[in-house]
Amino acid sequence: MGIIEVKGLSKTYETRAKRKTTKVDAVAGVDLEVAEGEIFGFLGPNGAGKTSTLRMLATLIPPDAGEATIAGANLRTQQAKVREAIGYISQGGATTDDATAREELILQARMHGIGKAEAQRRTVAALEAFDLTEYADRQCKTYSGGQRRRVDIAMGIIHQPKIVFLDEPTTGLDPQSRAHMWDEVRRLRTEGMTVFLTTHYLEEADQLCDRVAIIDGGVIVAEGTPDALKREISGDIVTVGVGEDYTEKAAEVLKGQDYLSEVEIRDGGRLRLAVEAGETAVPRVMRTLDDAGIALATVEVHRPTLDDVFLTKTGRSLRES
Amino acid sequence: MKVFRDTWLIFHRNLRLMLRSPLWVVLGVSQPVVFLLLFAPLLKPALASMGANSQAQAYRIYVPGMLVALALAGGLYAGFDLLRELAAGIVERARVTPVSRLALLLGRALRDVVVLIVQAAIIIVLSLLFGLTVSVPALLIGYGILALITLTSASFSYGVALKIKNPAVMGQLVNNVAQPLMLLSGTLLPIALAPLWLRDTANGNPFNWAVTGMRALFTGHPGDPSIWKAFAMLGALAVVTIAWSGRKFAKSVR
Repeated sequence: MGIIEVKGLSKTYETRAKRKTTKVDAVAGVDLEVAEGEIFGFLGPNGAGKTSTLRMLATLIPPDAGEATIAGANLRTQQAKVREAIGYISQGGATTDDATAREELILQARMHGIGKAEAQRRTVAALEAFDLTEYADRQCKTYSGGQRRRVDIAMGIIHQPKIVFLDEPTTGLDPQSRAHMWDEVRRLRTEGMTVFLTTHYLEEADQLCDRVAIIDGGVIVAEGTPDALKREISGDIVTVGVGEDYTEKAAEVLKGQDYLSEVEIRDGGRLRLAVEAGETAVPRVMRTLDDAGIALATVEVHRPTLDDVFLTKTGRSLRES
Repeated sequence: MKVFRDTWLIFHRNLRLMLRSPLWVVLGVSQPVVFLLLFAPLLKPALASMGANSQAQAYRIYVPGMLVALALAGGLYAGFDLLRELAAGIVERARVTPVSRLALLLGRALRDVVVLIVQAAIIIVLSLLFGLTVSVPALLIGYGILALITLTSASFSYGVALKIKNPAVMGQLVNNVAQPLMLLSGTLLPIALAPLWLRDTANGNPFNWAVTGMRALFTGHPGDPSIWKAFAMLGALAVVTIAWSGRKFAKSVR
């Protein structure tokens, strides 16, 4: 049994514009299981329902339907027990400009019910662990973005939770800060915590997470380890560029061929082809197009990525969503 | 008890933050000071019908009303700071902990009471220079009334902030509540000078009772019934408002 078990979780939002009330199913029946000690990624485009699901599990908004058990506690009936076991780090962070990191950490610890002396002790340890000791007594507004994020994480785990919820932890960070953040997340796992993060970056889901669930339009469309998901799409992806005027004709010509299984028109005059092996398919594609009098401008071969998984399941690219 | 411990925690934190930008305290009191210096001296003839034969007596009628206005307005505008903290994710960060939701409200409201105490002290000291006289016990009782007013108005403001979340809309709402309330409470000029229809509404207005009570205290009538009536009505209003606002902190904030 996983440390997080979710069944049928749903959330519907009502928006009122003029005199019409529209209902949006932000989360429409999500089933999940997260194993203890793993980094679990919730991947999906913006608006897919990731943050809503996360906030329900973090007890911040009540679910409209469904059940969840988090670290053995029932989400609906044992909220206090759930809160003890989880840490939640929101997307924008929650540090106070005029407060120092030390004050923020002590406050967070004491709000969790930790006594003054123990709170101070843990704060000192956390400042060390997150390399903040030098800045500990300067106000948060003087910190860099990366430092403030580290304070956010330190606050989120000061009460030593079993599970840490991270909402889009690297959105808005430059590549170097993102790499550092990934290291921090891996360190959380090393210390025995289970990490549940949401992201719309497929490299993050691919490289950082042990298991991934892909969500679109409020429902899970795929779940598994990144490798297993990619393996479901067997073979390689070949993308050829033939120019806007020739895509239709090229698609016609290629559709009948036996060495490929899928032909899809992408924008920018390109075609996406699912083939068994890229190295043998490319020469044959070139010959086929050549015979039809279509000039091949560009060729690209890659192993399937999670974007291809998303494309297969939803018909849209994650990048373009 | 947990509520007391948590309230102290939140109060201490908010007080410490406020001390880091004391400009707000000063700005909050600047308008009353301006009124005190430029408007009050004009009141002597207006208040003559109420027995104000001297500058000092005019102040004794005016200053209590102004203090009530200060407590009321200061509290009503407290919610804007909460809007800022809401947007910064600070309230949410507290809500994932078991900290008392009531403490999240009371800690902030008590901080606002402290701010008011300082601001009122500034006004009173200035007024003393202009000839106002008031006994220390009367002043302390007056502070009790002002504290209740601030607790109520600040709690109300926080509750509205949690419900409305939009600073522009909140600005409109607070202004539309604050202005009529000030006028109906006789803060600028005593309601006794108003036409009958206006005077009748005053009897149901706890803040008007507060002003009347404060005036009684400042003119040396500590036994006046308006004082205990003010405490009773304000006390009840404070409890209701705190209960209403406290619940808002427990529900989802975004």
